[in-house]
Amino acid sequence: MFDFFANPTRFMRIARFLLPWLRLICVAGFACGLYWGLITSPADYQQGDTVRIMYIHVPVAWLASSSYFLLALASLFYLVWRHPLADVGARAIAPIGAVFAGLTLFTGALWGKPTWGTYWVWDARLTSMLVLFFFFLSYMALAGGFNDRRRGAKPAAILALVGAINLPIVKFSVDWWNTLHQPASILRSGGVSIDSSMLYPLMAMFIAFQAFFILIVLMRMLAMLAQIKQGSAIRGGTSS
Amino acid sequence: MTDFFAMNGYAAFIWPCYVLTFLFVAGLYLDARKKLKDSQK
Repeated sequence: MFDFFANPTRFMRIARFLLPWLRLICVAGFACGLYWGLITSPADYQQGDTVRIMYIHVPVAWLASSSYFLLALASLFYLVWRHPLADVGARAIAPIGAVFAGLTLFTGALWGKPTWGTYWVWDARLTSMLVLFFFFLSYMALAGGFNDRRRGAKPAAILALVGAINLPIVKFSVDWWNTLHQPASILRSGGVSIDSSMLYPLMAMFIAFQAFFILIVLMRMLAMLAQIKQGSAIRGGTSS
Repeated sequence: MTDFFAMNGYAAFIWPCYVLTFLFVAGLYLDARKKLKDSQK
């Protein structure tokens, strides 16, 4: 399957086909999620209306972690198999993942103040998410720190793989340590523990953010591949 | 309508989350669209 997508021309054709559908899913998902989340879903019996921050905070947190996983996977593919699209994919993912991680921290802080009485504590979940955010920024700095894109690719890929050790720490921090952050309510062994009136808007927002993530990654990859192609054409023209 | 925006006194915590998030969403989309358009010139 990965060899199928290794052809940049074929990948670009498939990506261009997907773009309008992803835009549609985004718009529909955000419209439903915002309507359900802000208007029809109930307030929490303990947290009141602050629970509505969950419809932003949880999807972006999930995507921050999953985008780092994809970043690490792309880096592995680059280092081991020299997959032609791997480095391009990783560079496309990193800024979006960094934004999601930053938004996770920001929305979490604003949710924490009225519910916990504090914007920040150095508990395992918050600290490991902050570390994830720093890994995204470090990847971007390293990958972009060379004039020649190819020189930055290998060290950045190694850094991304080193940072992957943080992913299980982010996920299981609420189980391994006594944390202020609550345990999982959805992806847990005992099943979902959240009411459907809150679960449906949460899922709608997650689908919308997921479609948005794929949309932006594909757009950025298409732009980068076109630039690489133009660069190769110019070099090919001047060398003859 | 005023009650909706007031969010039972939690407006100062809830609305900045939504506003900042969708500013970033719009910014990321517009940046990606600009890069894509520039690459096709």
